[in-house]
Amino acid sequence: MLDITKHPAPGLPDSPGVGYKPQHYADIMADPGPVGWLEIHAENYMGDGGRPLAQLHHLAERFPISVHGVGLSIGGEGPLDKAHLARLRHLCDWLKPASFSEHLAWSTHESAYLNDLIALPYTRATLTRVSDHISEVQDVLGRQMLLENPSSYLAFAESTMSETDFLAEVVQRTGCGLLLDVNNVFVSATNLATGPQDYIDAFPLEHVGEFHLGGHDEDHDDTGAPLLIDSHGCETADPVWALLDYTLARSGPRPTLIEWDNNVPEWPVLAAEAARAASRLARVAA
Amino acid sequence: MSHAHDQARFATAILDPEVPPPAGLAAPDGRPAGKRFDVYRNNVIVSLSEALKAGFPVICRLVGDEFFQAMAGIYVRAHLPKSPIMSQFGGEFPGFLAEFEPVAQLPYLPDIARLELALRQSYHAADAPPLAPETLQALPPETLLSARFAFAPAMRLLRSEWPVHAIWQANAQGGPAGSAGQQDGTGKPSGPEDVLICRPGFDPEPRLLPAGGAAFITAALAGNPLEAALDKATQEAGAFDLAATLGLLLAGGCLTRIIIKETQ
Repeated sequence: MLDITKHPAPGLPDSPGVGYKPQHYADIMADPGPVGWLEIHAENYMGDGGRPLAQLHHLAERFPISVHGVGLSIGGEGPLDKAHLARLRHLCDWLKPASFSEHLAWSTHESAYLNDLIALPYTRATLTRVSDHISEVQDVLGRQMLLENPSSYLAFAESTMSETDFLAEVVQRTGCGLLLDVNNVFVSATNLATGPQDYIDAFPLEHVGEFHLGGHDEDHDDTGAPLLIDSHGCETADPVWALLDYTLARSGPRPTLIEWDNNVPEWPVLAAEAARAASRLARVAA
Repeated sequence: MSHAHDQARFATAILDPEVPPPAGLAAPDGRPAGKRFDVYRNNVIVSLSEALKAGFPVICRLVGDEFFQAMAGIYVRAHLPKSPIMSQFGGEFPGFLAEFEPVAQLPYLPDIARLELALRQSYHAADAPPLAPETLQALPPETLLSARFAFAPAMRLLRSEWPVHAIWQANAQGGPAGSAGQQDGTGKPSGPEDVLICRPGFDPEPRLLPAGGAAFITAALAGNPLEAALDKATQEAGAFDLAATLGLLLAGGCLTRIIIKETQ
């Protein structure tokens, strides 16, 4: 287990952040508005040079950066990709980000990368596997990581633990922190017909180093039951903002990210979402 | 249900809609997964197809969006990425296009795809300060002839039997969709073209090379001194214009160092 006294907790400010998109570079540098920090997808910054790394270098001089991995496949049945882990280490050593996070999901099977975050059943076996992988990540990176709760579309008959118990146990075993995606909580609760507030009540909020917010799409399954899809392609929905308020009342302010990865809007739209988060954070900080 | 190969079954069902979702997955009331599993199928195929389209915008323009989407669905199932770095996805696309029967009447597509791959590689390549043109101008001719060059990591060279530069230009930005360049005997390019991809700042640019230019660069890249590279170029094109080729290389930031032979 990682000795977190030697590896201080992530240092993102308790303010709104946004998922960084290169088309917003000039706007952010000119006037970031309420945005206090930025999150990047690690896999977009694994080239050798050029504009992506040059821009990131300039951004990192002005803003705390959160590195968010999307391709490590921590929930995968196979071993972690050592080459990919080395690339993450290289990026973190160079950038010295305020935070590193990844997902409770799998995306790679036998070296084929599926480019999606796929849920896994919660059992003793998967608990051991995920915990071992997280310990390996923290050992290689030499820092604590945050683990993010996934969006679920289906229930696994095989599961023997709740997601919140599973995450709490991973924290106990590895010393990692948690990234609570409030939109994912709402999406999963709707899809699995459970209570989103019950999930928050059961969540180990004291270990949360970051919140995520983002948009989802609304669809229906074969029987007409609601099926929400985590799309990051629109504004955060009102019930998700309400769930954030419910969570903040229990957790106090934390770094809160607006994720908008598809149909990326003009900067003012994204800044307005960040301002919405800022007013909610201010309410609980007072 | 066995734990060992659950994800293999999951992955197989994601990629093949004919394969039923793995057992043990259900809607909350215990009904079969049905359309819920399709969320994964859709996410995987759509996101990878979008990544392919982002990497090959000119191919997409040449074949049309609808055709590209259908072709991408076939490509991504057959050539899943080996790495989560999406900027590297599509390395096997030129070879796929060369074998894909429905585009056999567009034989230049593989080389256009190679050009788009080269542009992407150039965009992400390491930075290197370019050689100042004055450095070359200051050298006496004998010294220059025996000198070797180091090239920028962002430089790429593409030799094609097709007018790839003209086709790319006509379709990269703003040109009429689907134009395959001018091949109608009106004096516009219709034969082979050699393209130099250079990155003077952060934006890669394809430049048409004069006759012999590619032979010169190939020889110089292999470590030959300028004089030997010049020989190769003149063998291929009698009227090889050294100044024009050196000018392109210098303006594009392709040369990073000149290595001068020690005088005896």
